[in-house]
Amino acid sequence: MIDKIVPSVDHAVADIPDGATVMIGGFGTAGIPFALIDALIRRGARDLTIVNNNAGNADTGLAALLKARQVRKIICSFPRQTDSWVFDALYRAGEIELELVPQGNLAERIRAAGAGIGAFYTPTAYGTPLAQGKETRLIDGRHYVLEYPIHADYALIKALKGDRWGNLVYRKTARNFGPIMASAAKCTIAEVSEIVELGALDPECVVTPGIFVKRVVPIRGDASTATANAA
Amino acid sequence: MKRWTREQMAARVALDIHEGEYVNLGIGLPTSVANHLPRDREVFLHSENGVLGMGPAPPQGEEDFDLINAGKQPVTLLPGGCYFHHADSFAMMRGGHLDICVLGAFQVSATGDLANWHTGAPDAIPAVGGAMDLAIGAKRILVMMEHQTKSGESKLVPRCTYPLTGVGCVTRVYTDLAVIDITPEGARVVEIVAGLSFEELQRITAVPLLEPLATTVNI
Repeated sequence: MIDKIVPSVDHAVADIPDGATVMIGGFGTAGIPFALIDALIRRGARDLTIVNNNAGNADTGLAALLKARQVRKIICSFPRQTDSWVFDALYRAGEIELELVPQGNLAERIRAAGAGIGAFYTPTAYGTPLAQGKETRLIDGRHYVLEYPIHADYALIKALKGDRWGNLVYRKTARNFGPIMASAAKCTIAEVSEIVELGALDPECVVTPGIFVKRVVPIRGDASTATANAA
Repeated sequence: MKRWTREQMAARVALDIHEGEYVNLGIGLPTSVANHLPRDREVFLHSENGVLGMGPAPPQGEEDFDLINAGKQPVTLLPGGCYFHHADSFAMMRGGHLDICVLGAFQVSATGDLANWHTGAPDAIPAVGGAMDLAIGAKRILVMMEHQTKSGESKLVPRCTYPLTGVGCVTRVYTDLAVIDITPEGARVVEIVAGLSFEELQRITAVPLLEPLATTVNI
């Protein structure tokens, strides 16, 4: 019997090695897999490359992973926020590498990796500092910049419900990067608020088919609600 | 000099948003345009983190932090609204499906170049978010900004001195003094604040202005 459900977040991340590229879902705090990140901190893997839209908020989640000095490089679109003091300090001290990517290019580079696309031309960032040194091309009168996919060893994402085959549905805007990151990583781990029986998810409404998901781990309580209450 | 307030600027932009249009309102001043859309005009508000049919902020105590906008503020969903992932959301922009993006700016050039993401200061931590995607992400790119900097310099410039967000992308600029179209012929004044002449406006604007095509409308 196929069973992708693992008993705990610590089991789920136990094989993430030093030097891995890890995608982490979430936009702001919506969809951040807090329980998996905390497990990754306990796991202690170092020298990581992290892909997320931001670079951590306050002292929890991704910011805590940065604070634990486990991250060598971050690929993101918007690191600077009012509460990104952990990233800001590491960046100013030259202790973390930043690859700044426009948000839509970040999403499409992740999507491209999952879809087996070798590279693509995008109009975003043409003529700006973020396209410097990149190949460009004029197609049908419009300028484009060549961008390459972002592959990952692991993706840590958060979903609302999952089953033992790895099918997932999300909650509201917490969906954000989850579905595309799931397809772009060799091993995708989803923390879910609820495990449901096979067949309980409406097949017309499954957002991430289980083929993209290796491990599903139930978490007690709802991390997003906890965050909302804390904020 | 009489100037339009930020509320008046937002109300003016709202006049140019029509029934049935798909619209992304940028973070900050552009967000306030939503407050000026009449209730009986159906407009689809898009937020790049994955919402179409976005509604107003929820009442205090009813916030759901899984339902936020691009500025990470809690919002609501209108009946008929829907959620989608980031690649779909930016396909809506890049693919030309949105009608309008309203953005703020540091500078706009005479040819419609936009600078709004980075001051270029050497000690600034760069952050771009969706700015460059939005700049090329709609059929019409509308910019709201003060006409001048705090020190009185024109924000309409022959050439942007701040790092660019997009090239030749801006279609119309709404300042606290005028509404100006960026056209192939140049920057054409559409409206001027009451009490300001075209010549006075030209004197404080660093790019050559074209006279309005029809009678100047003062509001």
